[in-house]
Amino acid sequence: MSAVQTAVVKDSSMLKQKEMISGNYRKLETAKAEGRKVAATFVPGNLNELIMCFDMANNLPEINAIQNGMRKKTGAYIMEAEKRGHSEDVCTYVKADLGMIAKGNIGPDGQQLPNPDLLLLSYTGCFTFMKWFELLRDQYHCETAMLHVPYQGDGRITKNMISYVVRQLREEVIPKLERVSGVKFDIDRLRENLRRSARAEEDFVWVLESAKSRPSPIDAYFGGVYYIGPIFTAFRGSEDAVEYYRMLRAEIADRLANGQGPVTPSGDMKAERFRLVVEGPPNWTSFRDFWKMFYDEGAVVVASSYTKVGGIYDRGFRHDPDHPLESLAEYCLGCYTNHNLPGRIDLLAQYIEEYQADGLLINSIKSCNSFSAGQLLMLREIERRTGCPGAFIESDLVDPRYFSPANIKNRLESYFQMIDQRRGGPSVAHAA
Amino acid sequence: MTTSTNEIVATCQALFDDLSFSYAREWKSAAPGRIVVGYMPFYVPRELIHAAGGLALGVLGGGDQLEVIQGDAYYQSYICRIPRSTIELGVTNRLDFVDAMLFPSICDVIRNLSGMWQIMFPQVRSRYFDVPQNFSDAVGGAYYIHELNELRDMLAEVSGRPVTDEAIRAATGLYNENRRLVREVYAFRARQPWKAPASEVYLLMRAGMILPVDEHSRMLRDYLDAAAADERPRRDNSRVVVTGAFCEQPPLNLIKSIELSGCYIVDDDFMLVNRWEQEDVPTEGDPIANLADSYLHHSASTAAKYEPDASQKGLFLVDAVRRTRAEGVIFATPSFCDPALLDRPMLQRVLAANDIPYIAFKYAENSGQMQPIREQAGTFADSIKLWSTP
Repeated sequence: MSAVQTAVVKDSSMLKQKEMISGNYRKLETAKAEGRKVAATFVPGNLNELIMCFDMANNLPEINAIQNGMRKKTGAYIMEAEKRGHSEDVCTYVKADLGMIAKGNIGPDGQQLPNPDLLLLSYTGCFTFMKWFELLRDQYHCETAMLHVPYQGDGRITKNMISYVVRQLREEVIPKLERVSGVKFDIDRLRENLRRSARAEEDFVWVLESAKSRPSPIDAYFGGVYYIGPIFTAFRGSEDAVEYYRMLRAEIADRLANGQGPVTPSGDMKAERFRLVVEGPPNWTSFRDFWKMFYDEGAVVVASSYTKVGGIYDRGFRHDPDHPLESLAEYCLGCYTNHNLPGRIDLLAQYIEEYQADGLLINSIKSCNSFSAGQLLMLREIERRTGCPGAFIESDLVDPRYFSPANIKNRLESYFQMIDQRRGGPSVAHAA
Repeated sequence: MTTSTNEIVATCQALFDDLSFSYAREWKSAAPGRIVVGYMPFYVPRELIHAAGGLALGVLGGGDQLEVIQGDAYYQSYICRIPRSTIELGVTNRLDFVDAMLFPSICDVIRNLSGMWQIMFPQVRSRYFDVPQNFSDAVGGAYYIHELNELRDMLAEVSGRPVTDEAIRAATGLYNENRRLVREVYAFRARQPWKAPASEVYLLMRAGMILPVDEHSRMLRDYLDAAAADERPRRDNSRVVVTGAFCEQPPLNLIKSIELSGCYIVDDDFMLVNRWEQEDVPTEGDPIANLADSYLHHSASTAAKYEPDASQKGLFLVDAVRRTRAEGVIFATPSFCDPALLDRPMLQRVLAANDIPYIAFKYAENSGQMQPIREQAGTFADSIKLWSTP
């Protein structure tokens, strides 16, 4: 039986975000006509505040793949890329992107995407990014700026790492952005953008941490992927992002004051039975079906690692306008998948304690070795350290062939039963 | 005393088959203060390990002779095999004599394995060894020099003695000689592949993963002398370059199968660490700066390394074909190997643009069924003979 009420009313923040995303696609689609240069870049470690300094439009191939995945378009794109010689073994974001290009580069909203003028490769926390941009360079034959962000192998950011990233920014990335855009770099403009980022980040963290309440007013995974949208993509540093997070915070504050649970696609969740921490990205091609498996059972995700791929703000990091380039470097170095495995384990174990979760669920993604390699050890370690039960399911990002709803549902139900048994009987819901 | 190729190859085979690494264990126990430092593909500066009084031990998985039982419990089905068998080596105490492990920045799987090692084997010093993807001296070079110095400090701590400039220079000289000999073996094979079968050269190079550098150099010299003196029948085989196998190694039977199907392998990317630096590293001046400079400007190309110049992408493979007078390329790639599989379409485009034929297949280090490989490689060899422009 569904634990949600049926009336669905879109919050103002949802409408605002929708308009922001459409606006960015419009900006891309009109870029050539309006003489605007286009940068393509990735989500983790992106330099949106810097790109904004050069009046460039920002195209994010991962976001295109996600949007296409949610619109059920990626299956055909992936098959197209495989037909063209790309291995069935590799990342489906890459293949969805290349397949989309091969089929005419029509964006998720049905409009032609422009060829980028610059590929800004922020190589943060994922090896595949590097190859992806080499593959894109092969398609577009445009300039590529590489920003190599070292991995936190020893679980810390060293001065050498910061200085390496700053030097790359100063000596290679910024000059290339200037050359391609024709706009001179203005560090004060960057400081202003970073100041706005920090303001949005404050509100964003407040929203994430609201999940510590019982019942949680948010779902920090399925709902969380919407909340991270502006700050992880083409809007961090903009006034729109500040406004979005201000609105979102106010809405969540209301929910909190009213003792309401999270918003779901079927309306407000009425009863919170299970509180989970989730590791790994979601599946996008069956996103709503996947989410429903949780809210139908009264399961709320109170913290997730996926909402940290574009920065772990809830551990204190804020963009710092007083140290602009160093701050960008620290941001890039601090993204979740750039942390070593012991650091990721620490974070997730802390989340289980801080958010009073019932356990850890890992959604292991076939495409994403950066997340997935080592997750079985993470599961064991976190179970050992917290005493909370863990569960493991497998799916993929945007390849519909790797989403098996019956298997996943079966595992989830067994997991929820196991949590109940550990509690000594069926769980009592926290009514909203 | 002259040593025959058979004797040398038998020694190499015994080292290859020994999954307890007895040689390295004995080397370590032969003198006090010795350390063994394991490393995974594709490259680490072994000079520093040697200068620390250590033995650099290449850890290349378990091959097809190791039954992986516990290792599989750590990985999903869609992850390659080398980390599983490496974990198996660890949890079955086959690496219990290793003092430190280095995990180079080859891909996300090996990167994450570095963290797993820290958790599972806390008594071993484990380090993720990051190399720059920016090749400017002032940027990537400055970063890398710092990383090399950190590694140097770590090795000094593990060995309990300082790693001096002088010792690094001496080690650099020894590795320069070793790389010269490795290049000579490869050149010899490219000239007379019937005298240096790929399976023999493979075992010979593999011995370099465990022997001290000077001993390996002696072996290479002996092999060159013995192989040159051997009379072996010359076959009408096709000459091929094998690429994509720079990390998880193919089973030896796969290499033999390619040869049996009518191909002479005249170049490959197995164990790139043996010939990573393509020129001698200077032995005068600052030895750390010299290593950094060699990495930035004189090292091999592989999928794990960014190619900043789009026009140069894949040309290393075309050069290898031209240099060795190869007639085609075989992409032999481990299943689920992100770097090699993502790189492959770009390399294939460059080969096609240069009219170089190629085929591709995947393997795992424990692949057992060779018939499809033999058929595919055999057909490729035949097609080269029948259809390629002379």
